[in-house]
Amino acid sequence: MEIDPFIFRLSIFILSIFIGYYVVWSVTPSLHTPLMSVTNAISSVIIVGAIIAGLAGNSESIFNTSSIFGFLAISLAAINIFGGFLVTQRMLQMYKKKKKDK
Amino acid sequence: MSGNLSAIFYLISGVLFILALRGLSSPETSRQGNLFGVLGMIIAITVTFLSIGNFSSGFVYVLIFLLIGGLIGAYIAYKIPMTAMPELVAGFHSLVGLAAVFVAISAFLNPEAFNLGSTGNIKFGSLIEMSIGASVGAITFSGSIIAFLKLQGIMSGSPITFKGQHPLNALMLISIIVLTYLLCSNQSSNLFWILLAVSFLIGFLLIIPIGGADMPVVISMLNSYSGWAAAGIGFTLENSALIITGALVGSSGAILSYIMCKGMNRSFFNVILGGFGATEQSSSSQNKEQKPVKSGNAEDAAFLMKNASSVIIVPGYGMAVAQAQHALREMVDTLKKNDIKISYAIHPVAGRMPGHMNVLLAEANVPYDEIFELEEINNNFANTDVAFVIGANDVTNPAAKTDPQSPIYGMPVLDVEKCKSVLFVKRSLSPGYAGIDNDLFYKENTLMLFADAKKMTEDITKNL
Repeated sequence: MEIDPFIFRLSIFILSIFIGYYVVWSVTPSLHTPLMSVTNAISSVIIVGAIIAGLAGNSESIFNTSSIFGFLAISLAAINIFGGFLVTQRMLQMYKKKKKDK
Repeated sequence: MSGNLSAIFYLISGVLFILALRGLSSPETSRQGNLFGVLGMIIAITVTFLSIGNFSSGFVYVLIFLLIGGLIGAYIAYKIPMTAMPELVAGFHSLVGLAAVFVAISAFLNPEAFNLGSTGNIKFGSLIEMSIGASVGAITFSGSIIAFLKLQGIMSGSPITFKGQHPLNALMLISIIVLTYLLCSNQSSNLFWILLAVSFLIGFLLIIPIGGADMPVVISMLNSYSGWAAAGIGFTLENSALIITGALVGSSGAILSYIMCKGMNRSFFNVILGGFGATEQSSSSQNKEQKPVKSGNAEDAAFLMKNASSVIIVPGYGMAVAQAQHALREMVDTLKKNDIKISYAIHPVAGRMPGHMNVLLAEANVPYDEIFELEEINNNFANTDVAFVIGANDVTNPAAKTDPQSPIYGMPVLDVEKCKSVLFVKRSLSPGYAGIDNDLFYKENTLMLFADAKKMTEDITKNL
């Protein structure tokens, strides 16, 4: 019996939703804003698709309608990746404990 | 690089993304978590390059576009003030949505490159996945743009409603399903463009009726959508990193929306259908002129706090608007020198996005172990001398506990009225977003401080 590979991807998807559910509930409420900015950054892994699209043009025509959309998507996702991770890092640097040197 | 090997690396980067979120369970591990996320992203991008293995001229352009985006992103990340975080997150959501749409478009135009069949003859399953990704991406994009405009104040924060709004939205949602079905059966590119157009439009229509103070729910919801859009594209590309991430982000946003709705004691649909606060305004604001209000100045407030032994600070959106967090910290430092015990009480929906107040206080160097959530601190108000409410309103309204007629009845609120005295920094007596009068203003032990939050805290510090 053959199993369609789609079923395996669906399994990954469903199990990841459950992982997400438990992991996100354990996030402390004071870090909910960094949570949003970091999820922004990681969802930009969609850049993978954008790179495939951008490189799909052949050597005579690097730019065709399809690859132009790919290139634009690369820039959009890159804004998010760099912006998202850096702003998260900037926020997390600020969360400090009370200094003990009182 | 072989397909199997790259699939394994994509899996690794998916796992690293899970660890990135896991790190956020405490501030100590969070920075390390963020590095896991960065590592996962580097792996995913490198593997993509290696698996295509085409380092010809197109590769240079990929790097150029990557660099342009990266520079813009880094610039924004360093320049953005912390008070503008909700706008920034909304803006970022819109970019994820648009990127998903663009990837779907190029996959539709050039399916060979993605191994999805040929133009006009795309695999049925891929086409469904692609349509879902594109449609949800488009909704995320236009919805986030509206949220961004409302948060920036470019567009009015008040709900925009019109007759027949809900039937129209329902009709459009149905038409999206019909269009997807038709698209899959006849592969017409015109249908694909119409599907995108309808999705963009419904994104606008879904968000315009939602008021400014419901933005915490909207932002979380759009966060969730951006995840589902990514997952849809992940199925199309058969990429496990994207599927895992999409599922993580989707459920993360959904949980945050749930927490925000619970913080307001409203159902998700109640928020989404919008128009809250537009109708109640007239009924409750008539008799407030007659009631006496005790108002004071910075000197009175300083006197009260100097003689207190414990103070709880309740920040709200007004503090963010006035950028008063640093001034507040200075005031608290002075109080601490007089051996006054300080803690901060944060309501789940204070501000315009989840965790908004925490970030601002962290920026002002407030140690996070002085900051407490509603359930942790609510019992402490009764044995505290002064509650200092700065820029918050509805989240302290006792009507939520006592008046079943009130639109916010049942919403969990901070019990500030149990303190010996309450200081309210507010610009005027105007009701909060829900259009409800706050009984607390007229209580005997309440002192209203009418001023800009930043100016008032600075003045109090001078008088301490």
